[in-house]
Amino acid sequence: MRFELTPRTNSPTVMRVFASVAAFLTAFLIAGFVIWLMGRSPIAAFDVYVLQPLSDPWSLQELLVKATPMALIAIGLSYCFRANLWNIGAEGQYVVGAVLGGWLALRTHGTDAGLWVLPLMLLLGIIGGALWGMIPAFLKTRFGVNEILTSLMLVYVAQLILDYLVRGPWRDPKGFNFPQSVTFDPSATLHPILEGGRVHYGAVFAAIAVLVTAIVLGRTLFGYRLKLTGDAPRAARFAGFSSKATTLAVFAISGGLAGLAGISEVSGQIGQLQPSISPGYGFTAITVAFLGRLNPIGILVASLVVALTFIGGESAQIMLKLPLDLTQAFQGILLLCVLAADAMVSYRIRFVTRGGGK
Amino acid sequence: MFSGKVFGALAGAAVLALSAGSAVAQPKDKIKVGFIYVGPVGDHGWSYQHDVGRQAIEKAFPGKVTTTFVESVPEADSERAIEQLARTGHDLIFTTSFGFMEPTLKVAKKYPNIKFEHATGFKRNPNLSTYAAKFHEGRYIIGQIAGKMTKSNTIGYVGAFPIPEVIAGINAFYLGAQSVNPSVKIKIVFANTWYDPAKEGDAAKALLDQGVDMLAQHTDSPAPIQAAEARGKFGFGQASDMERFAPKAQLTAIVDNWSDYYVARAKAILDGTWKSEDVWGGLASNMVVMSPYKNMPDDVKKLAQETEAAIRSGQLNPFKCPIMGQDGKEIECKGQGALSDEQVLGMNFYVKGIEDKIPQ
Repeated sequence: MRFELTPRTNSPTVMRVFASVAAFLTAFLIAGFVIWLMGRSPIAAFDVYVLQPLSDPWSLQELLVKATPMALIAIGLSYCFRANLWNIGAEGQYVVGAVLGGWLALRTHGTDAGLWVLPLMLLLGIIGGALWGMIPAFLKTRFGVNEILTSLMLVYVAQLILDYLVRGPWRDPKGFNFPQSVTFDPSATLHPILEGGRVHYGAVFAAIAVLVTAIVLGRTLFGYRLKLTGDAPRAARFAGFSSKATTLAVFAISGGLAGLAGISEVSGQIGQLQPSISPGYGFTAITVAFLGRLNPIGILVASLVVALTFIGGESAQIMLKLPLDLTQAFQGILLLCVLAADAMVSYRIRFVTRGGGK
Repeated sequence: MFSGKVFGALAGAAVLALSAGSAVAQPKDKIKVGFIYVGPVGDHGWSYQHDVGRQAIEKAFPGKVTTTFVESVPEADSERAIEQLARTGHDLIFTTSFGFMEPTLKVAKKYPNIKFEHATGFKRNPNLSTYAAKFHEGRYIIGQIAGKMTKSNTIGYVGAFPIPEVIAGINAFYLGAQSVNPSVKIKIVFANTWYDPAKEGDAAKALLDQGVDMLAQHTDSPAPIQAAEARGKFGFGQASDMERFAPKAQLTAIVDNWSDYYVARAKAILDGTWKSEDVWGGLASNMVVMSPYKNMPDDVKKLAQETEAAIRSGQLNPFKCPIMGQDGKEIECKGQGALSDEQVLGMNFYVKGIEDKIPQ
């Protein structure tokens, strides 16, 4: 006996929403069971993981800070994934964006360069990320090279370039040979939205990206073209859509947004270039994109949920002495549940008894 | 996590001297102490040893001190975790990696009544101390052991990153080896990670394949010394006593002993005597401890013990002048008969005899 998945012809929206809710509940139940097995109270854990962070202004602000880069990157990735193109290298595009934008910050350091510095930095960040993202797109369209491999490998190239720069030419001359650049001048710093707060304008960029993407994907020919290229590439070709142009475009968009996330994080949060400027946002964003089912609003929600698991995970370590591994396990359980629920809504599961056959 | 104690005036607005002790502190009955670790507590190296220190505090003041830790905190996103500790009633917070320097400083300025201690950094505040250990003292000793015991006359070194602390460690190790064996050669591989057992193990195997029979490491997992054990060669434990991972291969280990320091600092909070300081401890203050010398002939063991005693008493400084650079020219001696602390803390040259280049 084996299982067989047959596509459902129609799956109503109500069912999809219900499936999401069910997926979250299931994930919480499984995690609660694990916590109970560890001899801790699942209720207390739920309180610390979810309720407390959501009821405290400080953690709400931290939630936005943490969700910002993930949302920006995941929104970009949704363009690629919708077209069935697998950009796994957002982490590298993030780094190159930070490097190119950071270059201007270092170049103007100590000068009285004015207000033009920051906008130009952000623009350079977008350009850097977009160009880096277009390398795998070019290799794919020109030589048919698998974009999964090239985009992933370019992550390491980007990280090593950053590493070289902050150890070598961009090292702070007064930093006692430690691998980091000077701290950026105020003119090169992305300021917090509220004075004294930690939420910087990157959050606004993320919100804009969500809105624009919702319009582009839902209401423009380009959005339709992506969907068609992903779902029915032959039909897309017959309709006269160039798959090469689509590939280059989505990688540029995706890379550009990752680059914007990178330069925003470096100039808004970290304040300097250093060997490590991301705790893996580019990879976590892949999870976020799929948790949000490649839907802009879904991604926005998913980025907040994933940020919540990080922040709740830290609180759980502090207040309940629950290990970090549990947070990571929970993130995995959540993704599995959402994907499983998605599969169950989109497909009918049948048990097939072994019959004749090939 | 690399160390960089820097004395005296430093660039950077944040550096305030220890004289500026904050508002008069009150003795306390019960305190909470928090720790931020860069790796998992189970790394058996750097973070593990800090956690041993944390447990020592709990043991020293039963009922009076409770401790908390957050592990595997990414350096690029650590400000929130540090502030969480500050917000949850911790009186003293240790951040135990170099990369936590700027975030720790930011949070410290925001919470002037809470005391902070940052390991291996150089920015201080009235409520922010820095501390680090002179691991290079231990490295001089293991260099002598390796220099004495090598048969292939080639010794290997797995480094993490080419930063001053690691470079100073390599130089101290090689100077030690050279002092007993002038023709000894050293091969260096940088793993570009502090903790990644697979990468560290590969680096160690690559060195062993090239004929080294003594392996020193400045990365945190037991993988390199395990590789030496598997090949029947010798190695030295890093950060913690790694004997249980390599009972035949470990000659000794340079153990980071934070316990004494952590207990003293917690006590200072209890007593209300805590002050912002800059501490750089070595063998003499027990911040660096050599685990028992094993698997070596008696004469080598005796030599190691004598060297250890000499460093402890201050008779011997691994960086005593003259020190020659790779080009054979003497390095300017800015300290008292030895390189100055600043020169050691910012070291970015190899000494004469190392036929390698520092990756830039």
